[in-house]
Amino acid sequence: MEKERHVLVVFPHPDDEAFGVSGTIASHVNLGTPVTYACLTLGQMGRNMGNPPFANRETLPAIRKKELKDAARAMGINDLRMLGFRDKTVEFEDENMLTNLMSSLITELNPSLVITFYPGYSVHPDHEATGAAVVRAVEKIPAADRPKLHCVAFSRNCVEEIGEPDIVYDISAVADIKLDAIRAHRSQTELMLEEMADKLKEKDPKTLAWLNNERFWTYKFS
Amino acid sequence: MDPVILSEVQEALDRFKDKEVYVHLETTNGAYASHNNESFFSSGAYIRNAKVTYERAKITGEGPYRTGLKIPFGWVYAEGITHFEIDDKGRLLLAGHDFNGKLAVALEISETPFE
Repeated sequence: MEKERHVLVVFPHPDDEAFGVSGTIASHVNLGTPVTYACLTLGQMGRNMGNPPFANRETLPAIRKKELKDAARAMGINDLRMLGFRDKTVEFEDENMLTNLMSSLITELNPSLVITFYPGYSVHPDHEATGAAVVRAVEKIPAADRPKLHCVAFSRNCVEEIGEPDIVYDISAVADIKLDAIRAHRSQTELMLEEMADKLKEKDPKTLAWLNNERFWTYKFS
Repeated sequence: MDPVILSEVQEALDRFKDKEVYVHLETTNGAYASHNNESFFSSGAYIRNAKVTYERAKITGEGPYRTGLKIPFGWVYAEGITHFEIDDKGRLLLAGHDFNGKLAVALEISETPFE
């Protein structure tokens, strides 16, 4: 992993960062690199209410806001930006406004690496709209001055269409931090972690690979 | 939230009768339904803070329950309701949780707009 000047992570939902990227984030933090996480929504439309349920549709935003802060603390992020959008509505917002918002973050922070979702290959409409806005903002910068753009993809057709990820980090050295970040999003992850606990204990190879490998595709500008 | 108690929910519904109220109604399979199961047709609908006045409202069924609000020129209804709560702001929150405990439908009524 290269030492970066500043890393900017942009995702729409609290917990988007936890599964695929929290090990990478923790590794950058360990190298002394400042990391900014811009999270567009509070995941207000989440369907998991805890197990047994401790949240409802109206209490979920405040609960997830706290979970997001806890997760950021676990990863060592000290610049968390909550951008105030509503879950599942990002794709309906004005595209220019979203692009300008991303441009202003990039101008302010001057990151050498930006991490977001790969538009077209990230399944959830908010993921697609967020990734697309970041790509539009980076594209506006002259090619020589652009930060690196590493994207997360997981749609069924992603490998077929954009190939294997060109970056795979083994984050096992910070796996505990990653699990803490996942755990912090308790309302959303409790059920899943319960199912995973035995597999982790037995060191199930598939589960360990899922946990320890974080995969990115460098965005290809056409 | 607690499992629906018909009499308590009906009482709460009646309290909002003939008042201007804000309604939140949603139904969802989750954004990953078709990703997890390609043969699944994902659909959903959402309206937040629709201002209505209803002349009658009823919760009925044997559980999961159905709830309908009769408004001047039409209806609002939700099916699959399993849980309810009257929160500290006096709002009636109705929700339907699926077999995995995930929210599948919500109908909420408040005298002030939802945030």
